[in-house]
Amino acid sequence: MASLEHSVAPPVSDHAATSTGLPSLKLAMWLFLASDCLLFGALISTYVLYRGASTTGPYPSDVFDIPFTSVSSFVLLASSLTMVLALAAIQRGDVGRSRVWLLATALLGMAFLGGQVYEFTSFVREGLTLKTNVFGTSFYVLTGFHGTHVAVGVLMLLTLFTLSFAGKITQDSAMTVELVGLYWHFVDIVWIVIFTVVYLIPTNPGPGS
Amino acid sequence: MASVSVQAERPGGLLQRPHATTGFWSWFTTVDHKKIGILYGITAFGFFLIGGSEALLIRVQLARPDQTFLEPAVYNELFTMHGITMVFLVVMPLSAAFFNYLLPLMIGARDVVFPRLNAFSYWAFLFAGLFIYSSWFLGGAPNGGWFGYAPNSVTDPSIGMTFYAIGLLIAGIASTVSAVNLAVTVLNMRAPGMTLFRMPVFVWMGLVVQLLLAFSLPVITIGLVELLFDRLFGTHFFDVAAGGSPVLWQHLFWLFGHPEVYILVLPAMGIVSEILPVFARKPLFGYQFVVFSGIAIGFIGFGVWAHHMFAVGLGPVANTAFAVSTMIIAIPTGVKIFNWLGTLWNGDLRFATPMLFSIGFIAMFVIGGLSGVTHAVVPSDYQQTDTYYIVAHFHYVLFGGAIFGLFAGIYFWWPKVFGRMLSETWGRVNFWLMLIGFNMTFGPMHILGLQGMPRRIQSYPASLGLSFWNMVSSIGAFVIAISVLVFLINAVTSFRKPKQMEADPWDARTLEWSTSSPPPEYNFEEIPVVHSLDDLWHRKYAETEGGRVVPVAAGGSGEMASVGDHVGGDGGAGHEGGHAIHMPSPSYFPLIAAAGFPIAGYGLIFGVPAVVVGLVITLAGFFGWALEPSAE
Repeated sequence: MASLEHSVAPPVSDHAATSTGLPSLKLAMWLFLASDCLLFGALISTYVLYRGASTTGPYPSDVFDIPFTSVSSFVLLASSLTMVLALAAIQRGDVGRSRVWLLATALLGMAFLGGQVYEFTSFVREGLTLKTNVFGTSFYVLTGFHGTHVAVGVLMLLTLFTLSFAGKITQDSAMTVELVGLYWHFVDIVWIVIFTVVYLIPTNPGPGS
Repeated sequence: MASVSVQAERPGGLLQRPHATTGFWSWFTTVDHKKIGILYGITAFGFFLIGGSEALLIRVQLARPDQTFLEPAVYNELFTMHGITMVFLVVMPLSAAFFNYLLPLMIGARDVVFPRLNAFSYWAFLFAGLFIYSSWFLGGAPNGGWFGYAPNSVTDPSIGMTFYAIGLLIAGIASTVSAVNLAVTVLNMRAPGMTLFRMPVFVWMGLVVQLLLAFSLPVITIGLVELLFDRLFGTHFFDVAAGGSPVLWQHLFWLFGHPEVYILVLPAMGIVSEILPVFARKPLFGYQFVVFSGIAIGFIGFGVWAHHMFAVGLGPVANTAFAVSTMIIAIPTGVKIFNWLGTLWNGDLRFATPMLFSIGFIAMFVIGGLSGVTHAVVPSDYQQTDTYYIVAHFHYVLFGGAIFGLFAGIYFWWPKVFGRMLSETWGRVNFWLMLIGFNMTFGPMHILGLQGMPRRIQSYPASLGLSFWNMVSSIGAFVIAISVLVFLINAVTSFRKPKQMEADPWDARTLEWSTSSPPPEYNFEEIPVVHSLDDLWHRKYAETEGGRVVPVAAGGSGEMASVGDHVGGDGGAGHEGGHAIHMPSPSYFPLIAAAGFPIAGYGLIFGVPAVVVGLVITLAGFFGWALEPSAE
């Protein structure tokens, strides 16, 4: 039927310029990220609502190691820079350089995740688990949810890195790198909010202390 | 047929795309928005029959006082599943069926912008429905109401509410993906000249609904995740003893739940806005007002959620604020009602079945809207909360509104989708039986509610004097069931008749009627160029100076685009026209990616290994998707 020569058919969305002039994939990614904002919005609201509501410890001030988390936050934010460099390189057609920066971004993301794993284990050792109190509950689910987002981003970055060896990432596919970049920057920006709300704004100790 | 001529970049056998676009198996790999629309429609109608049967069981139990036909525990499961089914598995996907089928046709596009993502949404929705329904056989269905109020939904020892949380999470993923896809389709895939304010009202309502979905579903998603964590991992989100708050669940649920009400009813409003002008042979009265009212409803819909919580005790300031915003949202809704009446006014009315259902929609929705305004008054709401008055109200809005509108749409677009007309005689029988049955069922519930009959109770004593209206209501429910049976007979017998294939049987106004019935896979031989609102109408008719409508010499109903006559000259590529139009190939991967979700869901309930298996399947599906040839 009409699906002849389908393997070389251009995508439907590329038949003509789009009505808004924006590429459809980019518009879809923006819409998805806007929707994702509300996922984090609901979780951050939950955390804020339960701030200081725990009836037993440990409380935030008992476990937080602000200097350590500041460093890992800096690592994550630095990865936004390498992401920008990866996109700039692929837009110039410099696949090799882009590949290096993609890998660097993924490694920085993994370093952040490693920091989170270390942080979680040390908190658990200090007696704070998911079940301990509402601080543990809302803290682990919020930061874990963000960590999952970072992990998905790392997976996408490593996929791009691998595909680049198969010659699949070229100047023409700069859009793909840009989309992953949009997602990655979004995850970074959300972390700025989480770091501020959860770690930096001091919490009153719970009623029990 | 589809012999494949060029196979340029084909990396390996594993990633070959299927080619069949006809036959049974093609339905599993299709990415055609029309086929996916039909799949949505059939699936949703199947769930409609199941959800309706649950309602009949409830009405049998309540027909007389002191009955023991259903155990209280089973009764809880039935009303919960009835609600979940009708909201998430019937009205939402039935609306999605219309959006999928019609939005691309109405804006002059060949498909949605991401066809494979569209298929993925359908399969994820289907698996969500099957997953929730499998709970009946795996330890008990959800039993905490469709709103799943904490802490009852957390502490309930049966397994049902876990199915509820996971099933709705999967359905939420399906709807969110579909929302992004359809919104971008409307924004980016419009034919030349199809400016935003030349779009049919149904397309506008489609856009508003997709944005409502994209911004309200994440909130319930987090609520469900928190519920799931409380149930499975012992967290304390809704645990008062540990400092948590069950009211948080109510906020998260209704912050989604109220926009959801408009997600359910705006599609029907869009459908009616398309049908009334066709059968009144007049343009829609005040098109801009209808569009802007729809947008206003979308915005204000996010600011009224706590009117579901007046009796919780949020305090006078919160209650007053939400009472006011609730009264305000009645204004754009009222504007639409008057626009529809204005459309009918002085029209050359034809009372075909779609028109009857549309008028039924307006009348029933007005009743539901008015009883809704009575809830906005807080002291009055205190009396009505958790009584049958509420049940009466939301059935007038969601059945008298959404379902009547959707039936109007089914009768209206059936000839477009299947190339055959539904019987007008059976249609009329269907309409009047449904209207009478509906009012018999839900009208008396106003009285029962004001007499103090509470919702969600399995039985009532004869001494309360509730027996008569309950019996009337139960008889009405069976009248509705007969009307649905009449529809099924009508639908089945329509396939006995030969295809008429008439492009424009109603003498309609919008682009989908300019192509053949059913439309070819590529929708339009040539992408239409749009010059005005109701473009097809203006191609067919012109207005004289005296304001009389006369057929354009070259035009006329039924004359437009009949693709069958239009075989191209070159190369025997097929016996149909349009062989030079490249449509995206079918794909296995949307089905595979979606299949991982329910498996992971069962894993969360019954054992961790399946979680891994499910995630691996989904991930493999997405990788295959990304790597298969000819990306969309």
